[in-house]
Formats: sequence, structure tokens, C-alpha cells
Amino acid sequence: MIAVQQAVEAPSPLSVPSNAPEHCPGTESELAGKAAACAGCANQDVCASGQTKGPDPALPFVRERMSNVKRKILVLSGKGGVGKSTFTAQLGWAFSADDRVQTGIMDVDICGPSIPTILGIASEQVHASSSGWSPVYVQDNLGVMSVGFMLPSSKDAIMWRGPKKNGLISQFLKDVDWGELDYLLVDTPPGTSDEHLSIVQYLKESGIDGAVVITTPQEVALQDVRREIDFCRKVGIRVLGVVENMSGFVCPNCKTESQIFKPSTGGAKKMAAEMGVELLGAVPLDPRIGKSADYGVSFLDEYPDSPASIAYMDIIDRIKQILGDA
Amino acid sequence: MAADETPVGRRLKAIKQIIIVCSGKGGVGKSSVSAQLALSLYASSPSARVGILDVDLTGPSIPRMLGLDGHGVLQSSEGWVPVYADGSEARLGCMSVGFLLKRKEDSVVWRGPKKNAMIRQFLSDVRWGELDYLVIDTPPGTSDEHLSLLEHMAPAHSRLSAVIVTTPQAVALMDAMKCLSFTRTVNLPVLGLIENMSGYVCPCCGEVSNVFSTGGGEQMAKQEGLTFLGSLPVDTELVTLLDAAESTQAVHELPHGTERTFQLIEQYQRTSSSKLFKPIVDRIVGALCGPGDVGDGTLSS
Repeated sequence: MIAVQQAVEAPSPLSVPSNAPEHCPGTESELAGKAAACAGCANQDVCASGQTKGPDPALPFVRERMSNVKRKILVLSGKGGVGKSTFTAQLGWAFSADDRVQTGIMDVDICGPSIPTILGIASEQVHASSSGWSPVYVQDNLGVMSVGFMLPSSKDAIMWRGPKKNGLISQFLKDVDWGELDYLLVDTPPGTSDEHLSIVQYLKESGIDGAVVITTPQEVALQDVRREIDFCRKVGIRVLGVVENMSGFVCPNCKTESQIFKPSTGGAKKMAAEMGVELLGAVPLDPRIGKSADYGVSFLDEYPDSPASIAYMDIIDRIKQILGDA
Repeated sequence: MAADETPVGRRLKAIKQIIIVCSGKGGVGKSSVSAQLALSLYASSPSARVGILDVDLTGPSIPRMLGLDGHGVLQSSEGWVPVYADGSEARLGCMSVGFLLKRKEDSVVWRGPKKNAMIRQFLSDVRWGELDYLVIDTPPGTSDEHLSLLEHMAPAHSRLSAVIVTTPQAVALMDAMKCLSFTRTVNLPVLGLIENMSGYVCPCCGEVSNVFSTGGGEQMAKQEGLTFLGSLPVDTELVTLLDAAESTQAVHELPHGTERTFQLIEQYQRTSSSKLFKPIVDRIVGALCGPGDVGDGTLSS
């Protein structure tokens, strides 16, 4: 490591704590506790003492829990509403179709948890046992954890700032009794902020196997997705590939395919080539996908022969192949 | 009032109405509704002055939608100068974190406190001048950005109102409910609900498909006693217009901005969405001005 850091150098996003002041140099910085921005910070003494150069106290617990998890996959996208949760759910269903494979889905979208609805378990509750919180099971080998299970009513808004969200994420990682898992899928909220930094920070030691980035064909979405890939590079997560969702729509009446969200700048294909990542596949827009999500049933099981299901299955196979599990 | 004396309070004094566009869910069209709202308010009267502030810090879309990609923010003695979409006429100002990035693919990886600081700066340091309307586009969720906005704008609370955008699916409506309960908790008046992406007209045969089902927004508005402002179908023309808002920015630099954006407004007014959006804006303006007021007509004379 570099011994002397310049005061102007941007802090590593991973070493800035969630409750830090605006210009926190990062707890691992040489300037921790000594920079001008540290004056008045509640943690100044701790930083100045040099203790913070050590790891977060939650990390050993997270590592222990995660040692039973073979593969950890993040589902990301800079933009909202492109189908992250839907894709995560399909991936979960597809993995757990093999009853020897144990799959877990963790929903870290704290302000807008959609996973419980999509999987049809919205009214379930989390139970605590001596070994931790028990996930809610959709079927024997598909466990789910989401903040949606903890709210008294689905109408309640969670108005939390970053530090509280991070606290919950660390609890999800260290207190949930996942048992032995082959896959842990993490569904994230849109953006590149607290939730993303926290999950990466907590899982850094246990290792993230990769991220699947979801996009739609318009430039407005691609713009945000480029930022997300930039984020992955900054924090050192391998991008498994990009999935283009809502690409093309087949009219149920005349069977003509049209582009609702026009790829005005070449779509995900060109973006993937430019950014040097793989395009895993394109899933057409099918109104039945949204319907299935609203009713909480598996689209892949309901309409196995639809073009969208075939596209999903190809993408999932490719992901397994990249991970070396096929 | 002492609260007026915060830098944000002073800055916001010259702004008549502040409209916050929000939704619990991402990708339902907050930014496109904000952009349409700003354009329609701009067109509603020849003297209306409109500002649009994009507080989606990690995914700013407004610059692209208004065709302002690649512009930078200028400093002046009175603060940051917003980027004017209509060039020299300077009636449609825009501010976004997108203007502050060096490269468009740069990610903004910030935790709450930094986002909070940026929002405060946007509210206190941008030289909007006198504005009739400030439209604020927010990120999805009910978290740091939203709490910060409300906190900093407390001095102008009486001029704040919100518009909630949703799509008709159950999943989106659920998040819209959360957003509504947020506005109730922070005591923010809601002007109404807009249902976006309800139906898609096949360009080939004209058949309307309810891609994301339909009618959910209106039902929710009825249940919750909200004004239903209207529903907007998926309009590929609009998607293309806002999305492609031409990459000509490299060729046309600031001085040429004038002609180009007038083009954007003209093009927008030709889309079928703008016709559907007109009554929505009329309803919003009506609600803001109160029943006794004639509306913006008086301003133009």
C-alpha cells in the first residue's frame, strides 16, 4: 500500500462509514481522525486511535454464516423498474427447480421490497429461533429474507437513512439462519449508494462470485447501467454479464414485434461491447411476466414455452456455465 | 420568521410553487413525468419561468431527457447558474448532478451524508432567480434524499406539494402506497396521482395491450381519497424523443442551444402524450392556484 496519501485523494468508497461527515477521509486513511472534516465527528477519537484500521466487528459473524454459502450473486442495475426483482425471482425458481440445490434470496431493497409479492409470500412473517432468524420458504429449497416480512402492513413506508439500512443489511447477513446454501441471490435497490456499499463491504471477505446487471434498451437506462458497471469496477466485483430486459414486444393480436423502449443508441449489445462485458441475453417484454409477478407465481412454470421463458432459461444456463456449475 | 433565514429559505423565497415528483418504485416514469411537467408548465404561458431540479444523485436522467447531456454548470458570484434548456430566453432552468460529472459513465457512489450535503447545496447555491414553478425529480424509495429535501425545504413548506407517479401493476402500486404514507407522515400535500405506462398501442394494428395491466392507479386514488390526475399510455414517440434527445450536443454548443430546445418543445407538443398531459397540468395548476384564481393567464399580460 502507499504509505503517504495525498489529502486531496478521494477516499475509497468502501472505507467511508455510513454515519461519517461529508468529507470523511475514510477510516482506513492515514488522515482518519486527523483531517479537517473529522472535527466534531462522534467517531473522531476512535479513528485517531488507529483502531479503525482493523475490520468491522460484524465481519467475523458474517464470514461464519457465509462460509456455508457456496455462491453469492448480486443482481444490480443503476436504474429502477428494469426487472431486477423479477429476474432474481426467476433465477431463484430456476435454480431451485433442481431439488438437490439449496437457494436463498436476500432482498436488500429496504424502501421498496418487491420480492415477497413476486414470490407469492407477501403475508408471511419471519420467525426467530436460537440459531437466528428463519427465512421464509417458498418451497423446500428456496428460502427468502426481505424487510417486507417485518412490516406490520404493506402500506407502511420505511423512512430510513443510510446507517439504519446498513444495520439491517448486516443483520440479514449475520443473523439469518440460511443453513447450507448452494446459491445466495441478492436483489438490490436501484442506484449506487448505501445498500450497495454495505453489501459489498460485508461480503468482501467471503467473496462475491459476481454480479448480473439488468438493463432495458433505452439510453436513459443504459446511462445508469454504465455507472453501475463503473461502480462494480471501483469496488472490485466481477460482472458476470448484462441482461437486456423488455427488449421488444410482440403484439398478441397481430404478432408483429415492435420496440416499446427503442434502443436509440444500439441497446445493451453495443453498451456491453463498449464496456467490455458479456451480454447474457435479451428477454422480450411479455405482459404475462408482470401478471405472474403480481400474482406471485413462477412465470417459467406457467408459460414454459413462451419466448421469454426460453430467453430466461438460456441466460440462466449461461450464468451457471460462467460460474462453472453447469 | 427565523426559519426563513437559512440559506435555503432565502433562495427559495423567490420560488412560487415547488412540486415534488415521487414514486416508491423505480422506472415508473418519474423523470419523464417531471420533464413533461416542466415542458408543459413552460408552454402554459409565454412568461412562465420553470426550474427542474434532479435530486436522483446516483442515476440522473433529466439532462438526457432535455437534451442537455454534456453540459456543465457555470459558477457566478450569486451561485451556480442552472443550465437553461431554452438557451437565451432562460425560462426553463435545469440542475442535476449529471452536469457535474466529468464522464457520463462515472458512478456517484455516495452514502447518505454526502447526498444530504449535495441536496443542500442544490437548494441553497443554485441561482434560480424568480421562478413560478420548481419541479423536483426524486430517486425511487423513501430514504435519505427525500428526508433531506423535506428537511431543508422546511422554510418553504407552505409552497410544497407532491405528485405521485405509478404504473398499474400491483408491485408498483404497493410501493406507491408506501410513498403516499411517507407524504402523510411528513405532512406533504399530494396534488394527485398519475398512472403511467397504462396500455401500449401496437404501431402495426392499433391493438391496445395492457403491458403492465391497467386501471390500478385510478382505483388506488379512489381508495385513498386522492385526485386522479390521469393516465398516460406508453408512447414510443415520447420515449424516442426524450431518450434520443439528440446527441448533437457535441456539435451545438451553448450558443446554439436556443434553436435546438425550441425544437424539443415543438417536437414534444406534437406527440400524443402532450395532449394527454395538458389536462393533467391544468388540474395541477388549478389545484395550486386555488379555485378563485384564474390561473396563469393573468401573468402573461
